[in-house]
Amino acid sequence: MLIERKWKKWVFFYLPMAVFIVFTLFPFYWMAITAFRPDNELYATWRQPNAAPLWTLHPTLEHFVGLMKTTAFPTWLWNTMAIALVATGISLVCGMFAGYALARLKFRGSEFLGTAIFITYLVPQTLLFIPLADIVRDLQLGNTPWALMLTYPTFLIPFCTWLLMGYFKTIPKELEECARIDGATRFGAMVRIIFPVAIPGILSAGIFAFTLSWNEFIYALIFMSSADQKTVPVGVVSELIRGDIFFWGQLMMGALLGSVPVAIVYSFFVEYYVTGLTGSVKG
Amino acid sequence: MAIVTIRDLNKKYENGFHAVKDVNLEIRDKEFMVLVGPSGCGKTTTLRMVAGLEEITSGEIRIGERVVNDLPPMDRDIAMVFQNYALYPHKTVFDNMAFGLQMRKYPKDEVLKRVRDAADILGIEALLERKPRQLSGGQRQRVAVGRAIVRHPQVFLFDEPLSNLDAKLRVQMRVELKRLHERLETTAIYVTHDQVEAMTLGTRVVVMKDGYVQQVGEPLVLYGQPANKFVAGFIGSPAMNFVDVSISGDGRHAETEGLRLNVPDRIRAHGGKRLTLGVRPEALRIANGSDEHGFATKVDVVEPLGNEILLNFRAGGAPMVARVDPGVRLKAHESVRFAVDPERLHFFDATSEAAL
Ligand SMILES: Nc1ncnc2c1ncn2[C@@H]1O[C@H](COP(=O)(O)OP(=O)(O)O)[C@@H](O)[C@H]1O
Ligand SMILES: [Mg+2]
Repeated sequence: MLIERKWKKWVFFYLPMAVFIVFTLFPFYWMAITAFRPDNELYATWRQPNAAPLWTLHPTLEHFVGLMKTTAFPTWLWNTMAIALVATGISLVCGMFAGYALARLKFRGSEFLGTAIFITYLVPQTLLFIPLADIVRDLQLGNTPWALMLTYPTFLIPFCTWLLMGYFKTIPKELEECARIDGATRFGAMVRIIFPVAIPGILSAGIFAFTLSWNEFIYALIFMSSADQKTVPVGVVSELIRGDIFFWGQLMMGALLGSVPVAIVYSFFVEYYVTGLTGSVKG
Repeated sequence: MAIVTIRDLNKKYENGFHAVKDVNLEIRDKEFMVLVGPSGCGKTTTLRMVAGLEEITSGEIRIGERVVNDLPPMDRDIAMVFQNYALYPHKTVFDNMAFGLQMRKYPKDEVLKRVRDAADILGIEALLERKPRQLSGGQRQRVAVGRAIVRHPQVFLFDEPLSNLDAKLRVQMRVELKRLHERLETTAIYVTHDQVEAMTLGTRVVVMKDGYVQQVGEPLVLYGQPANKFVAGFIGSPAMNFVDVSISGDGRHAETEGLRLNVPDRIRAHGGKRLTLGVRPEALRIANGSDEHGFATKVDVVEPLGNEILLNFRAGGAPMVARVDPGVRLKAHESVRFAVDPERLHFFDATSEAAL
């Protein structure tokens, strides 16, 4: 009986789990290993003696040094960080107020507005960049960080609003009513009671927004032209593929370094992030 | 310390539901007024209109001398205890209690003094640094009450504050609330669906049904002279027994199949009519053989509760309960004779259900 159960657990749980983990993590592993593999190993055929396709025998930092010295990677990293932070900040503030209004204030058309905001989020960026490019040019923001800091919120605000609206709805409305009896205005109750209680939700919206802007590609590709204004995703792809030559080592090193900050942010807030998504507030 | 006057109060929600209908109440200074009624009868809506959390459709509410219809909650000088306590989860117990005073810009030492006093009264001094999630249900309840009393408001509003507690704690807190009210001498409006709570706590009790006030009165008046069949059935546990009867032509007897009871003189005038007769379980007694007010029946279920015994039986085609002495030795399916004094019978009009 017990033995049979163990056997079942292996087949139906551990094995599929292992397949899933390998499947999702292998690209990351491949990226990391390539970033530290010397060029002669990179371009050697797997059939040669002593080949170690899944491992490297001579780990090297040559790609790291090359990336830092021959490209503007540190600048790209800085650009990406600054743009993601500002865009996330703007979107969070707008999303908090808009989400609160949609969740709590009863005004004509509030339902419709909620749906409309969600629909704007569904319009693909590959369509939206055309009119946005026009606006960016008119405002003469092209090739400046503001082009991205102000266009990212066009998809981040609907996203944050929607997520936070859901979170605010899970907070008992008595909390706010009690604050209003206690002497707070509606605005005061929102800022002093609802926002602090909603911190898990606000953090998860922030993490999502940050990740979305960090990884954004299309707007960054279109609105930024000079090498020193690019973000990591665009810079790595446009500067490290010259013609048909792929600088695999540096490409992968760039990708690795580009994903580290996001990974740190995630792991730092992961607990908040989970409660934020499942939305639980207990008195 | 104030009188609360409610005049012709109505509430229609946006969806058209008419939740509170023509309510008129005068809550006296220092009174503990309890609103009681079945779930959905409009108690909470009424309380929320007094608090200013719900807009008034028509009518007038006065607290003291002021008409408060259009005042925001913060300017009404009231404090409310919610059913789910609504403690601020991110604040400590101290900050929960101090919040209302801080919002009103009381000096720091006054805040400290008032919170300590309230904590002392409620026995929660040791909890002041904790967060709400680190408290038990009973402790949260105390904090919620404490948050209300630090403000020294003119009126306390309670919305079923005890309904989330287990039975034993509820009885204990009930007594504490009563003691607290005697000590603070502040006007209070208390909403509950539990008639025992209403009877034990209320200086006066308002019974509501379907948005209408059915009767307002002191607990024993509601029990002894219910205004209609609804109040008679709602107040008292086990509930009053009802049976449809016809009054004999001479107006001396109430009759139905297997049941013939003498009626009090005041019913004389209703000779020949059909009425609803009501009798409380505790008004029924085991008859000795010669009792002229008795009737015979068979017990079908016996519930020995220790301090009393409930006997379930049928009479006049209706199920009935009698509440008798624990000394009575009776088994299920035994025959028995019950008797009742005519003066302890209640009669209600068969259509309007008003008491006669
Ligand atoms: N916001 C609302 N919109 C529409 N109907 C409501 C609303 N709040 C309460 N009601 C209805 O009004 C009636 C009275 O509710 P309430 O005052 O909460 O009853 P209770 O006596 O149980 O406290 C109920 O039938 C309820 O469904
Ligand atoms: Mg209620």
